[in-house]
Amino acid sequence: MAGTGTAHLRDGDVVLRVDDLVVEFPMGRHATVSAVAGVSFDVLRGETLGIVGESGCGKSTTGRAIMQITAPTSGTVSFEGTDLTSLSYSDLREARTKIQMIFQDPISSLNPRRKVRDSVKDPLDIWQRGSEAQRIELVNSILEQVGIDPERAAESRPHQFSGGQCQRISIARALVLDPTLIICDEPVSALDVSVQAQVLNLLEDLKQQYGLTLIFIAHDLAVVKNISDRVAVMYLGKLCEVASSDDLYGRPAHPYTNVLVESIPIPDPELAVAGTTITGEPPSPVNPPSGCRFHPRCPYADDICSRTEPTMRSIGDGHFVACHHPLVTPVSIA
Amino acid sequence: MTVRLQTEGRVSEGTLLEIADVKTHFRTERGLVRAVDGVTFSLERGKALGIVGESGSGKTVLSRTIMGLLPSTAVLSGSVRFAGQEILGLDARQMRHLWGSEMSMVFQNPMVSLNPLMKIGKQIIEPLQIHLGMDKTNAVATAERLLRDVRIPEPEKRLGQFPHELSGGMRQRVMIAIALACGPTLLFADEPTTALDVTVQAQILELIGEQRKDRNMSVILVTHDLGVVAGHTDEIAVMYGGRLVEKAPTRELFANMKMPYTKSLMRSIPKLEDPSHTRLLTIPGRPPDLVNPPKGCRFAPRCAYAREKCVQHEPPLIVSDTSSEHFYACWYPVGSPEFEERDVEIMTNVGVGGSA
Ligand SMILES: Nc1ncnc2c1ncn2[C@@H]1O[C@H](COP(=O)(O)OP(=O)(O)OP(=O)(O)O)[C@@H](O)[C@H]1O
Ligand SMILES: Nc1ncnc2c1ncn2[C@@H]1O[C@H](COP(=O)(O)OP(=O)(O)OP(=O)(O)O)[C@@H](O)[C@H]1O
Ligand code: SF4
Ligand SMILES: [Mg+2]
Ligand SMILES: [Mg+2]
Repeated sequence: MAGTGTAHLRDGDVVLRVDDLVVEFPMGRHATVSAVAGVSFDVLRGETLGIVGESGCGKSTTGRAIMQITAPTSGTVSFEGTDLTSLSYSDLREARTKIQMIFQDPISSLNPRRKVRDSVKDPLDIWQRGSEAQRIELVNSILEQVGIDPERAAESRPHQFSGGQCQRISIARALVLDPTLIICDEPVSALDVSVQAQVLNLLEDLKQQYGLTLIFIAHDLAVVKNISDRVAVMYLGKLCEVASSDDLYGRPAHPYTNVLVESIPIPDPELAVAGTTITGEPPSPVNPPSGCRFHPRCPYADDICSRTEPTMRSIGDGHFVACHHPLVTPVSIA
Repeated sequence: MTVRLQTEGRVSEGTLLEIADVKTHFRTERGLVRAVDGVTFSLERGKALGIVGESGSGKTVLSRTIMGLLPSTAVLSGSVRFAGQEILGLDARQMRHLWGSEMSMVFQNPMVSLNPLMKIGKQIIEPLQIHLGMDKTNAVATAERLLRDVRIPEPEKRLGQFPHELSGGMRQRVMIAIALACGPTLLFADEPTTALDVTVQAQILELIGEQRKDRNMSVILVTHDLGVVAGHTDEIAVMYGGRLVEKAPTRELFANMKMPYTKSLMRSIPKLEDPSHTRLLTIPGRPPDLVNPPKGCRFAPRCAYAREKCVQHEPPLIVSDTSSEHFYACWYPVGSPEFEERDVEIMTNVGVGGSA
């Protein structure tokens, strides 16, 4: 098995379960990029799963592969018990209404030539939900909820709104079909801190109100900590650690997570000098290192790390790590 | 650091950039948009200035004004002196000899600024050939080295790829490589690390910092991430509604923040030490309409500390009692009795981590 194990998977009301997901891209004539290399995780109903990791480690690709926008090379994506990888095109289209995605760039993800309210209403028109009057009523009430004036939205195009407003509009559009799961790929990275705070509070409110399940991909670890119940850390196409967000930041166990947490820029010039920084060259996803993919850059690596791939194991309290030498002593080995 | 280009024959001390009462207004159907409305500051060689402020406060327009990269609808006034020479209002033909080799810019949106139809190799190699007169072999080798410096794995292969084949963060690093390619004296980095993870972000900022020291390059770092400016700048300028509202050396600013606006920005950042799901403080309302800015303090309509005077009269930029290099524009700054009185009220109503 190519994956890093499944000890961290749970029973219970699982909305999404990704099993041994592999996504490869051709690069040049003879090489392939191993973007996602056997990743497994699950998300419970009403939970927010944060995904963090180095740029290029496969976060967006994982999100797109869940939606089947990028076809997985292998593995399964089971959403409310149905494997999306085996669905026919029309069944997949139907299933996709229950999973929505919000992207980083709020302005370019809306059609620049259309009135904003029409863009939000589109999914309802396509799926012919209710009468025209009902659709408009629903769209208006959702726009109201995300803090956008429906009248103004009916008359204006995206460029007439700010970045934060466009992100609220994208969120409204993601909500109209009453989805179960929303995958947010860096939804606040392009926003300034004050608007970011508004959007994060808004997501939190909407989650309660609509009983949403979220996957939240981002670079800003403080943001991820704020919104997530559980956080998964990825490194070069693999999962290296999963834990509740308070636990992950409180006692990072994987050497990579530790570097990540230590690199967080602190808004205080007296403390801003970075602690541990990452060393070594970033590895190639075309020719990934043997054994643990982090071993060439890991200060704790030894022989076994370069030979054998570590699998996920429990270190207690729902905290899992894929490392031969985690930074805390394992409590129980699952 | 391996990139050492064009370092000889440079003046290495003194003021590099002096801008005085710069106004950049845009003619639009709705009227004149006062995007930058009377900004004055100077920047020493080798120093890094951070510009922070909400979206729409004029950070990018200010940078573009200095670079001379504005649409024809822009109406300019004031003065921009670069290395002693007045450059405000020079046309593209006159500016061209400064671009790349003297000033360069990492743009905010890497997907838009990279040519999607051109392999990234060509996008780096061409400016090296044009500005530095390198031959092909030399330019290719330099391009590879630049990509390696910005931590792109397998640079030789990446040179042959198109922008869409790279992850968001890699595209951003390519932009940085292009901006550093010709060894500029002044680097504008407009949100250079928003698409990057924290480890790469730290490396890139370090890389920019090394370049700064090695070649005495000045840097203007535009960002709304106060964490980034805290560790990588000498000074910080805070913009609001086209105006400079606070400016101070970095440590001084964080130690003695004066503007309620700066304070509110700080408070809206999620803090790592807070438990997850902590309610975030927000700044109510929206930035001012730059066609019809409020007549008093431009922040007054959103400021929880505003009083009648703020609505009526615009506060001047004055020197702080804490440092002669610290300026701010506020009638009731942090620390004044009026501010403190209201702050106690607000923080009590809100509760710790409550919503504002
Ligand atoms: N269409 C594609 N063709 C070829 N390679 C691709 C393609 N899409 C992604 N990749 C590669 O897959 C890897 C993972 O990319 P992905 O966009 O998932 O990273 P990410 O974790 O989202 O990074 P970032 O934080 O920078 O957005 C990268 O090496 C990237 O270059
Ligand atoms: N060409 C233009 N015509 C009219 N208005 C413009 C033009 N370019 C910018 N503006 C306006 O000028 C103001 C300042 O914009 P600017 O791009 O400098 O903001 P910013 O501080 O960089 O924000 P962000 O953090 O979102 O990048 C905004 O209100 C913007 O809408
Ligand atoms: S398995 Fe080894 S190389 Fe990998 S992170 Fe753990 S200690 Fe480091
Ligand atoms: Mg991504
Ligand atoms: Mg900008």
